[in-house]
Amino acid sequence: MKYVDEYRDQEVAQKIAGEIRKTVTRPWVLMEVCGGQTHSIVKYGIDHLLPEEVELVHGPGCPVCVTSLEMIDKAHRIALRPDVIFCSFGDMLRVPGSEVDLLIVKSRGADIRVVYSPLDCLKIAKANPDKKVVFFGIGFETTAPANAMAVWQAKQEGIRNFYLLVSHVLVPPVMSAILQSPVNRVQAFLGPGHVCAVMGYREYEPISARYKVPIVITGFEPIDLLEGVLKTVQQLEAGRFDVENQYSRVITREGNIAAQKLINMVFEVCDRKWRGVGSIPKSGYKLQYDFRDHDAERVFEVEEIDTQESSLCISGLVLKGVKKPHECTAFGKECTPEHPLGATMVSSEGACAAYYAYRRHGIAARQSRS
Amino acid sequence: MCLAIPGKVIDFSEVDGMKMARVSFGGMVKQVCMEYTPHAVAGDYVLVHVGFALSTMNADEAERTYRLLEELGQLTELEDGSAA
Repeated sequence: MKYVDEYRDQEVAQKIAGEIRKTVTRPWVLMEVCGGQTHSIVKYGIDHLLPEEVELVHGPGCPVCVTSLEMIDKAHRIALRPDVIFCSFGDMLRVPGSEVDLLIVKSRGADIRVVYSPLDCLKIAKANPDKKVVFFGIGFETTAPANAMAVWQAKQEGIRNFYLLVSHVLVPPVMSAILQSPVNRVQAFLGPGHVCAVMGYREYEPISARYKVPIVITGFEPIDLLEGVLKTVQQLEAGRFDVENQYSRVITREGNIAAQKLINMVFEVCDRKWRGVGSIPKSGYKLQYDFRDHDAERVFEVEEIDTQESSLCISGLVLKGVKKPHECTAFGKECTPEHPLGATMVSSEGACAAYYAYRRHGIAARQSRS
Repeated sequence: MCLAIPGKVIDFSEVDGMKMARVSFGGMVKQVCMEYTPHAVAGDYVLVHVGFALSTMNADEAERTYRLLEELGQLTELEDGSAA
């Protein structure tokens, strides 16, 4: 496929890896923010191509993983109502709430449907005027334009039986939270390419300046990731801390103005709880007052649900880049993708799940030797 | 979750007042909302996430950066060659 295959060229990948080896003179810790990047890095073994001085730690950028436990419990409560058709992206179905997941809720009789796009929910709402159709609106800024359009369009068309359960999260606040942490190890970021396709990268410039960290907005293919690492290491070695754009075939500094405009008309920034991390001020979106009739949390009166997380798992430390998945004693034992204990094992883009899919045999062999 | 895939715009239509297009992903064709990429024309590649085109691929930038990366090694090889 054009714009995909050429960015997986092994020869070019080796050349960039060679350039990184030539550039690096001392240890550096880089964090890739986005779960899609984590998945590519582990799948293609990008980290194994890097010199040992360059350590990649995996960030909190998997919205499936960081959707709070209580939001999932709210989804279950709404989905179980007999008058509701509950729609979701497929990857939310297996994410455990405090008791069960949406697949089990479905087996108990709930009408739960997987959709490709939030716009599919509007068709379902029109075809089922006697039902209330709820979409589980999770995601980072990348997904916000789609969810904003669904609500906007519902209001324009007078589709009154469509509701959004909003659990949007934002990248810049969690990057700042990581950098402010007393146990922070991260010295530079590979920035989230597709988030910036929507938002541009202006809002990363004050973070880079304030904390003196390079931020290189990076794509998702192996060559993108390697070039992102190269640009980051070049900055670190030179003592620079700028925002740079590796993913220029997709991203501009301004981002997608039309998408930002609709986001700002439909959503407003709010405090948000992150699974494994806790509450972060101004780190999410909620619906604006004008769209309150489409706000599932308000309409179905689930705002009071408050669930505490298990203290067993270390996913909070993994999400902040302090620990690696295999450093957890439960990894691959009590905690697997079938029975995840915490945030980073629940989705294929979570760091623990990616290690489980591509690395668990090597990890098990090392553990048995030690 | 933030997965977004480049696809080629085939043709446009209007559905419920929204600008839509058929987009081909290596032969698989899907309906995509084009409201956020109003300047895209048939033949352009757009980056699509959950049924929405978020960005038009910049062919010149793609070509330029790829050429630079291909040349990386050649320079290294020249340097290595002269040192030997």
